[in-house]
Amino acid sequence: MVRLAPPQMTGDVGGADEALRTDKLNLWYGRFHAVEDITLSVPARRVTALIGPSGCGKSTVLRCFNRMNDLTPEARTTGEVRFQGIDINGPDADPVELRRRIGMVFQKPNPFPKSVYDNVAFGPQINGYRGNMDELVERSLRKAALWDEVKDKLRQSGLALSGGQQQRLCIARALAVEPDVLLMDEPASALDPIATYKIEELMTELKNRYTIIVVTHNMQQASRVSDFTAFLLAGEDRTGRLVEYGPTAEVFTHPKDERTEAYITGRFG
Amino acid sequence: MAGISTSSVQAAAAAAQVGAAPNRSLQTPRARGLRERLIEAPLFAAAFVTILTTAGIVAVLLVETLSFFRVVPLRMFLTDTQWTPLFSDKHYGIIVLLSATMLTSVGAMFVALPLGLLAAIFLSEYASPRVHRVIKPVLEILAGIPTVVYGYFALLFVTPALQRMIPQTAVFNGLSASIVMGFMILPLVSSMSEDAMAAVPRSLREGGYSLGATRFEVATRIVVPSALSGIVAAFILAISRAVGETMIVAIAAGQSPTLALSPLVPIETMTAYIVQVSLGDTPHGSLEYQTIFAVGSTLFLMTLLLNIISQRVLRRFREEYQ
Repeated sequence: MVRLAPPQMTGDVGGADEALRTDKLNLWYGRFHAVEDITLSVPARRVTALIGPSGCGKSTVLRCFNRMNDLTPEARTTGEVRFQGIDINGPDADPVELRRRIGMVFQKPNPFPKSVYDNVAFGPQINGYRGNMDELVERSLRKAALWDEVKDKLRQSGLALSGGQQQRLCIARALAVEPDVLLMDEPASALDPIATYKIEELMTELKNRYTIIVVTHNMQQASRVSDFTAFLLAGEDRTGRLVEYGPTAEVFTHPKDERTEAYITGRFG
Repeated sequence: MAGISTSSVQAAAAAAQVGAAPNRSLQTPRARGLRERLIEAPLFAAAFVTILTTAGIVAVLLVETLSFFRVVPLRMFLTDTQWTPLFSDKHYGIIVLLSATMLTSVGAMFVALPLGLLAAIFLSEYASPRVHRVIKPVLEILAGIPTVVYGYFALLFVTPALQRMIPQTAVFNGLSASIVMGFMILPLVSSMSEDAMAAVPRSLREGGYSLGATRFEVATRIVVPSALSGIVAAFILAISRAVGETMIVAIAAGQSPTLALSPLVPIETMTAYIVQVSLGDTPHGSLEYQTIFAVGSTLFLMTLLLNIISQRVLRRFREEYQ
């Protein structure tokens, strides 16, 4: 029975502001303890990668940041998640408002069966955006590096685009709400290498303005795009715990924990 | 003996007959092959009976309808504004019966469409699994009530209630039949619409929620539009059901073939007319008798058309996420 050492890596996030933090975050699905005591500080305007083998709870942790787990009736959490100092599960936080500030991109591109334009305009519309919608749509598509490819087919269905374009459309859709944080759940796992490269390039560009948390099982990707890396691992009880967290360069070159080293050198996972 | 690992006694016996040869045969044991063929025959026969029945009904409809139209010109059938085949002054204007059918069907849709859609949205997007487990069977019970019960419910309960509200309401009227028929097809609309909404991938809902949409916005702006073709197909099928419905309209709407736009007066739908003539003493083979086949064919064409449209719409819907 391997008992994981408590994580020692709070505090230093390279001098950046803190955007999100979790404190002893636990989550259960029914009676299954999915993640235990995750304490993590996510710096603003940096890319933070959550890595680890399948089933280690990295997506579950990601979905705690915008309370997506609320949609799963049997999910229950303890501990704290703070966004800009506010407890997002507390009485002062409304999940709908929270999700307008913390956008999300999913593993499989999930554009709505609507036109490219309507996909991007959906978020601003429901949020009562009063400015120039055409401009906002164009700006969002430009930020997602998709404008040049779709500017002549804004009225076509978003489902008619290629997989990589669909994923960038989903990024544009998330950016159109003008969030502070972008959660990305294995955003390139369903894409070919060229489309993956474009998404990674985009993340590097976007981190100037957005806090990005990305879940990935691709360690090369984590080392290429992220500034900080958190390594999660599930024990024999299948409960995910944080093993190591720190600047990406350190985690990948001088991991403190031997299990991290074993994982990043490809000995398991 | 991997080939007979099903451990069927007959198969083992068949194998034993072959003898314990060192090279096991991969041929089908004779007994099993025979059994399979024996099962196939009745299955095929059962399937064939349904085809035969359908073909027989269509053939009878066609033959009788054709001999009807040898006497009554199609033009008169389509343009006359009176329907009096049982009187001495005979008129054969199908529009009279058709308008009554349309009136009651459209009226039923006014009840079933909004209620069914709202119920489907509730069941698919709002109801907890526990509430769902209670409401769904109740709706299905509604679908299981015999239509003759609905008919008497309309005549003996809804009509008196309507008469209290609108005094000029006749004992037999289209409104009462419409309302009750709306409730009869409500389970069909809600259940098929809910199925269509349940087929909308969870990832689309999550996409909506992740943009800060409320539950209502996700339901009305993502789920319903994404399931629209399935919902439309449900509506069309429900209309087709209402058009063909007989007992409720025969009991509650009356049997007076009048070309009326008012839902408060007695009318006669196509189905009610067929009931009236089939139960009466109209001589077999007479022109009066053949009218019911002409009306039946019209009805058949209408529902067939509606069903084809609904299937087309559904097929398009299935391709949407793939």
